[in-house]
Amino acid sequence: MHHVILGAGPAGVIAADNLRKHDANANITIIGDEDEPPYSRMAIPYLLAGQIGEEGTYLRQDKGHYKNHGIDVKRVRAGAVDPKNKSITLEDGSDVAYDRLLLATGASAIRPPVEGLDLPGVHNCWTMADARAILERADKGDDVVLMGAGFIGSIILEALVKRGVKLVVVEMEDRMVPRMMDETAGAMLKRWCEDKGVRVLTGTQIKGIAESRDGLDVALSSGKSLPARLVVVAAGVASNIGFLKGSGIDTDAGVKVDGFLRTSAPDVYAAGDVAQARDMSTGEFSVLAIQPVAADHGRIAALNMAGHETPHKGSLNMNVLATIGLVTSSFGAWEGVKGGTSARMCDDNAYRYLRLEFDGDRLAGAQAVGLTDHIGIARGLIQTKLRLGRWKDILMTSPERLAEAYVATSQGIAPV
Amino acid sequence: MQMALVIDPGKCTGCKQCELACSYVKEGEFNPAKSRIRVFDFHQDARFVPYTCTQCDDAWCQKACPVDAITTNEWGVKEVHDDLCVGCKVCTIACPFGTINFNASTGKVMKCDECGGDPACVKACPTEAIVYMDVEQAGFDKMRAWAAKTDAAAGTATAH
Repeated sequence: MHHVILGAGPAGVIAADNLRKHDANANITIIGDEDEPPYSRMAIPYLLAGQIGEEGTYLRQDKGHYKNHGIDVKRVRAGAVDPKNKSITLEDGSDVAYDRLLLATGASAIRPPVEGLDLPGVHNCWTMADARAILERADKGDDVVLMGAGFIGSIILEALVKRGVKLVVVEMEDRMVPRMMDETAGAMLKRWCEDKGVRVLTGTQIKGIAESRDGLDVALSSGKSLPARLVVVAAGVASNIGFLKGSGIDTDAGVKVDGFLRTSAPDVYAAGDVAQARDMSTGEFSVLAIQPVAADHGRIAALNMAGHETPHKGSLNMNVLATIGLVTSSFGAWEGVKGGTSARMCDDNAYRYLRLEFDGDRLAGAQAVGLTDHIGIARGLIQTKLRLGRWKDILMTSPERLAEAYVATSQGIAPV
Repeated sequence: MQMALVIDPGKCTGCKQCELACSYVKEGEFNPAKSRIRVFDFHQDARFVPYTCTQCDDAWCQKACPVDAITTNEWGVKEVHDDLCVGCKVCTIACPFGTINFNASTGKVMKCDECGGDPACVKACPTEAIVYMDVEQAGFDKMRAWAAKTDAAAGTATAH
């Protein structure tokens, strides 16, 4: 049995480890197109901040991990997949035959249609190569413009501030992290950044970037312009599915999979940022490009590939982020569900906010600013659909008692 | 033999000696906010529930860690390696029990590691509400059942 995994990110590596666990004799090959040992993109902000070296981003810290587990890691780009002949053509011209194939090719940073994005000094922040390029131009006092204050932009923001650059953040939507948090939280986050000396321009677009005498000149929709030595583009990511064109494998936003993470082609599975799998909150199939989902997918796909039929009942969308020390998180249906109820606790001065969304007496979504203790319980409550009964009424007026409500409900303790 | 913390909320009086012992041994200060065990206090009911990590077999925190900073030691305990932890906090939202938490003073996450086989909370507990014992014995199954319920609901349960 030869298991081939396209993609050396978390979904691919976790799948390889699980395949080894469940199939001691199989041949396992990971094929990745970057030069580094398998690493975590999530760790890049900490590399930029100088907290860790490149080795600190590696997905497996034991140097002999892949060799010791009989996992062959090839560094080459996949060209095309031929599901009929169960074969992959690599860009070096060679072919690899598979018995079972996992598509874990991840996502790539989007380059929006803005003039000047190909100039030197304009970089995404997604790959290790991007990180190295950013480090070249982000020294203390350098003018840096960050395009995009979504989840990734807001994480990089902290790293750039730690490097001591003069930072301006430009976000086209009306608030920071618009796809992770509501207006209250987004506004709180913006105020926090401005208090820390970072300019945040929301509702502003970058119209074009041009070379100037001193570096780059960034033209804004407001008619103003900003000088920059470096422009970091964090405008979102899209699944890497282009190489599947002509393969017959069904794609949409990502690779379409069923409730067992199987694609439309026999013996081909998909996991992680490239997979369009079930979202637990909506019941729909969508791409959830986040680390915990990649980890869940990788494990479940591997079990199915190894012959242990394991359903994927759906993943929970969730994010956590620190922006210059302010921790924010959101879970599931944080914008609420139809016919549901909402509870909010907000302390503007202390930068604390908690919003809970209920479906009946079950938690359906949550978001938090400045509150971290036992926050994982939000996930537990949402995915177990635990009925909170009278504790829900308590939470409607005191949402901060979430952990207490969970422990009490699990122990059969009624509220007083 | 696999040792584990076994908690009997019925015996807890809410004295919170465990929280003080834990924060002192692990963080060097008497500060319940930095304890890795927390006593939930339902005082109007006179009920107290000590609450900490159950060291899941297939641990959510460990699976979610992007940099391999959480490992399993020979006793099955999940340990955070501070030198590898980058403080990304993904484990804190991945753990459905909320028992791995961010420590703003260190910029790392912290969780119960059973003090390397000699748990401070157990020694501090005056009523044996927290004991350290062989997991084959009664009491542990209840905790496992609790963990399994959360696993099953997520649709990712595997045989232990």
